[in-house]
Amino acid sequence: MTIVQNTPLVGTSLERLEDERFLSGRGQYVADVRKAGMLHAAILRSSVAHGRIVRIGLDAARALPGIHAIVTAADIPQPIPRIPLRLVPLPEFAPYHQPVIASAKVRYVGEPIAVVVADSRALAEDAIDLIEIEIDNLPPIGDRDVDASGSFLFEETGTNIALRYHTASGDPDGAFATADYTRRETFQIQRHTAAPMETRGLMAQWDESGPTLKLYGAAKVPYFNRRALAAMMNLPETSLELIEVDVGGGFGVRGEFYPEDYLIPFAARLVGKPVSWIEDRREHLMATNHSRDVGATVEIACTKDGTITGLRGEVFGDMGAYIRTNGGVVPTAAGMFLQGPYRIANVDITVLALMTNKTPVGTYRGPGRFEANFFRERLLDMAAADLGIDPAEFRRINLIREDELPYSIGKRAPHLPDAVYDTGDYHAAFERCLTEIDWTGKAAVQGRLIDGRYHGVGIASFVESGGAGPKETSRFVLEKDGMVTIAVGSSMLGQGLETTFSQIASDALNIPVSAFRIDHGSTARLADGLGSYHGRSIIVGGSAVLDGAEKFRTAVIEAAANLLGRPNAELRFENGAVVSDAGASISLSQIAASRRPDDGLLSVDGIFLVNKPTYSYGTHAAYVAVDPDTGRVEVLDYVAVEDVGRAINPMIVSGQAIGALVQGLGGVFLDHLIYDEQCQLLTASFADYLMPTATDFPSLRSVALELRLSPTNPLGAKSAGEGGMVPVAAAVGNAVGAALQSCGAQPRTLPLSPSKVWSLIHEPAATAP
Amino acid sequence: MSRKIDITLTVNGAAYAHAADTRSTLVDFLRDDLKLTGTHIGCEHGVCGACTVLVDGEAVRSCLMLAPQADGASIVTVEGLGAANGELGALQRAFRKHHALQCGFCTPGILTTAHALLTQEPDADADRIRDVLSGNICRCTGYVTIVQAILEARDAYRRPADAGTSR
Ligand code: FES
Ligand code: FES
Repeated sequence: MTIVQNTPLVGTSLERLEDERFLSGRGQYVADVRKAGMLHAAILRSSVAHGRIVRIGLDAARALPGIHAIVTAADIPQPIPRIPLRLVPLPEFAPYHQPVIASAKVRYVGEPIAVVVADSRALAEDAIDLIEIEIDNLPPIGDRDVDASGSFLFEETGTNIALRYHTASGDPDGAFATADYTRRETFQIQRHTAAPMETRGLMAQWDESGPTLKLYGAAKVPYFNRRALAAMMNLPETSLELIEVDVGGGFGVRGEFYPEDYLIPFAARLVGKPVSWIEDRREHLMATNHSRDVGATVEIACTKDGTITGLRGEVFGDMGAYIRTNGGVVPTAAGMFLQGPYRIANVDITVLALMTNKTPVGTYRGPGRFEANFFRERLLDMAAADLGIDPAEFRRINLIREDELPYSIGKRAPHLPDAVYDTGDYHAAFERCLTEIDWTGKAAVQGRLIDGRYHGVGIASFVESGGAGPKETSRFVLEKDGMVTIAVGSSMLGQGLETTFSQIASDALNIPVSAFRIDHGSTARLADGLGSYHGRSIIVGGSAVLDGAEKFRTAVIEAAANLLGRPNAELRFENGAVVSDAGASISLSQIAASRRPDDGLLSVDGIFLVNKPTYSYGTHAAYVAVDPDTGRVEVLDYVAVEDVGRAINPMIVSGQAIGALVQGLGGVFLDHLIYDEQCQLLTASFADYLMPTATDFPSLRSVALELRLSPTNPLGAKSAGEGGMVPVAAAVGNAVGAALQSCGAQPRTLPLSPSKVWSLIHEPAATAP
Repeated sequence: MSRKIDITLTVNGAAYAHAADTRSTLVDFLRDDLKLTGTHIGCEHGVCGACTVLVDGEAVRSCLMLAPQADGASIVTVEGLGAANGELGALQRAFRKHHALQCGFCTPGILTTAHALLTQEPDADADRIRDVLSGNICRCTGYVTIVQAILEARDAYRRPADAGTSR
C-alpha cells in the first residue's frame, strides 16, 4: 500500500470527517445507548426555592409495580458527597459546594431530592408523582441586595456573599481625583444559558465482579469527572471508565460534574443493572448550569482629548444556590476582561459572588467576557459622546498599539498570575472591521430616522484569553491493519475535532486523513486528559497531537530499523512507509503485521505543556434599525473580525464564529431565564425560553484574520470558538444606543426585547438597572 | 396506565406490524421499538423540531403524535434520506460541503424538514427556506450555512432522481 499526501491540509477547508454519520442518522448520542436489562431513572426535584425538608413519603410510590429503587439522602453514605470545584477553587467557596442530593434544606427550584429507578421512564415519572414531599418554606433570596433580609442560604456562614476581592493597578484614586472627565454607570446582563439541543444524559453500568463502573454520556472533562466520582464512590480511578459518545452541543454547560453524575452511578450500583437517565427539557432549564447574570457599576476617567486615564468597576455575579465546578469563573472573568484591549494605567476592580435561591451558575461560551465587553464598550460610547469625539477615534486613541506589546494588565484576581497580552495588531483588526461595515459611509445614517426606523452602527473591540494549560496528552497507536489510532484527552462536542486533529496529524506525518482514527471515546485510553473548555482543544490538544506525531515517526523508524537491519540515521518516514537511502521500504501495515504477539501494538504518547494562555482579539460592528413604534430591532448587517492566529480549517473557524455570533445575538435579544419574587423559574420550556431561529438574524459575516501567530504553541493557534460571542452585546448595545441618540436612550441592561427597547425610547427614566 | 394496540406502518420503505403502547409518542416508538435512533428529542413539546419526520410526505413533529395515530402511514426518517446506493443524498452532501452541521443533533430534523420543503417547492428562495426552518432550532450553526446548503440542493430536487430517497 502506498499512501501519498503531498499538499498540506492545515489551512484548508476539508469537509468534516464526522459528518457522514450525523447526516445518515448513525450518530450515537447517550440516549441511543441501550443495554440489555437497562432500567430508567427519573428525578424528583424541589418545587420550592428555599425551605427545610420535613418529610418525604415514599410508600405510595414504592407500591407501584415496576419500581426497582427510590433513592433519597437517607440512602446515600454520610457525609453526603459534595461536588468539588474544577476551576477557581478558592477556599472562600468551601461552604457553598453542592451536595449531590438535598437532605435538610432545598436551595433552588430543581434541586434533586429523590431518584426513582423503574422499568421504564414513564413508570419512573408516575412514581415521582406519588412521592409526598413536605417542605417548610424559608424566605427566598433573589435580588442583588442578598444580605438585606437576614435569611441565609447557608446559616453557618451568616452571609450570602460568598466572595469579595479587590485588585488594582496604578493609582486609580489619583487618576479619578485629577480627571478632566468622569462618568459612572450601572449595567446588567440577564441570566441566560447555553441550552444545547441535546439535554444531558447518563447511562451507568455496574459490574460487581470488578467491581467496575462504565458511565456513558461523559463530555468536556471526562478525566476530571472520573477522578471526582472515584473519590466520591470510594473506588480506585482505574475501576471507572467514563465513555464519551456523540454530544449534541456543549458551550460550557455540558459535561461538568452535576449531582446526577453521582446519583445515576450510585443507583446503578444499588440495583446491579444498567440505569439510563435522560434529562427532559424542563429539567434541563432548571438543573443544568445557568450562566451570565452579572452586573457592574463602572466608572471611567478621561482627559478632554479622549485619553482614558482610569477605570473603576464593581462587578457582581449572581451565582445561584451553590458554587459548582466552575467556581467563580463567571464574575471573575468579567472583572478580568473589564479593561479590554485598551491602554489604561489606573484600574480598580472589585468582584463579588452572590448566593441566591436560583439554579447554580457555570460557564457559558465567553464566560464573563460577554458581560465585561458590554459594560466597558457601552461606557466608552457614552464617554465619547460626552467628549464630542467620534467613537472610532476614541478607540483609536486608546487601543493598545503593537509596539506596546507584551502589555501587562497586572494581577486581576487573587488566584491568577499577572495577565499579559502577548502579540497582535489590535489596530489592524479594528480598521479592517470599520472598512467592512463602511463606518465612514454609514455616518450618513447614524441616528437618522429612515422610513420610520432609527438606524445606528455600533462597534466594540475585545481581547480574550484561551488555551488553558497546563497540559494535554495524546497516544498514537499503530493498529494491526496499519491504521493509526490517535487517542486524545480533548473532548468532542460538535467542534469538528476529528477533522482538525486528523489534518494536523496528516501534515505532520504526510499521510492522508483516512489513515487515522481519532479516539476520544473513553478514559481507559489515556492516563489523563484535561478536556475541552476555554478554547483549548486545538491549541493544547492539537499541539499534543503534533508532539505525538513526531514521536510516532521516531518510533516507526526505530521499529523499521530492526526489521530492515539498517541504522536509524539511514531511514526516513515518507508516504506512509519507512524508506532507506538504499531504496528498501517497509509500510506501516507491514510494520504492524511484523509485531510479535507479546510486543503488543506499537504506541507512543504525545504531550504538550503550556503555562500561558493565548490572547485573541478583534472588533465587531453591528448595523441596526429600530422601530420606535414596536421596539423591534432588526440587525441589518453584522461583521465580526478576529485574529485567530492560525486557522486549521477555515470553514470550521467560520462556522464557530457565525454560530457563536447567533448565540450572542440570542443573549442580546431573546435568551432570558426569568424568576419571580418567590424564585420560581418562569421559563422552563422552549415555549418560554426563546432562542434564535432561522428568520431572526440572516445578515452576518465573519472575517478570520491570521495576522499574528500565537507564541504559546507550535501551531500558532489562538482560541477561535468564543471570539464570535464576546463583544456581541457590546456592539449591538452601541448600535442601538447610536440609533436612538436623538431620544437620549442608552441600553444598560439586556435583553433588548421589543418592550424594553420601546420603554427606552418612550420612558428612558424608567429603564435604569 | 398503558396498553398496547397493533399498528402497521411503512418506515423508510420497510413494512412493520407492531404492538405499540397507546401512550407512546411516535418518536419514542421509532427510537425504542424500531431502534431508529436517528430521530432525536430536543424538547418533547413541539418547539425545537429535532424530532421531525415525514408522515405521508408531510414534515411532522413526532413528539406531538402518538404512535397509534401513525397506523397505516408511510414514514421517512433521516435513516431513509440517503441515495438508493447507500451513499449520502444530494441534500446531505450539500450539508457536508457547506458545514451546515456541527454537533449534528438538530440535523435529522432539519434534513427532513428541508427534504419535505424541496420536494414540494424545489424553487424555494432563501426567505422561504428561512421561514420554513424557523420551526427547527439549531444552537450550533447560526443557520447561515444551513440555508446555503439547502439552496444548493435545490438543483437536485428539480431533477428528482438525483435527490436521494425516492420514498
Ligand atoms: S422534540 Fe419534538 S419538537 Fe422538540
Ligand atoms: S448542529 Fe448542533 S444543534 Fe444544530
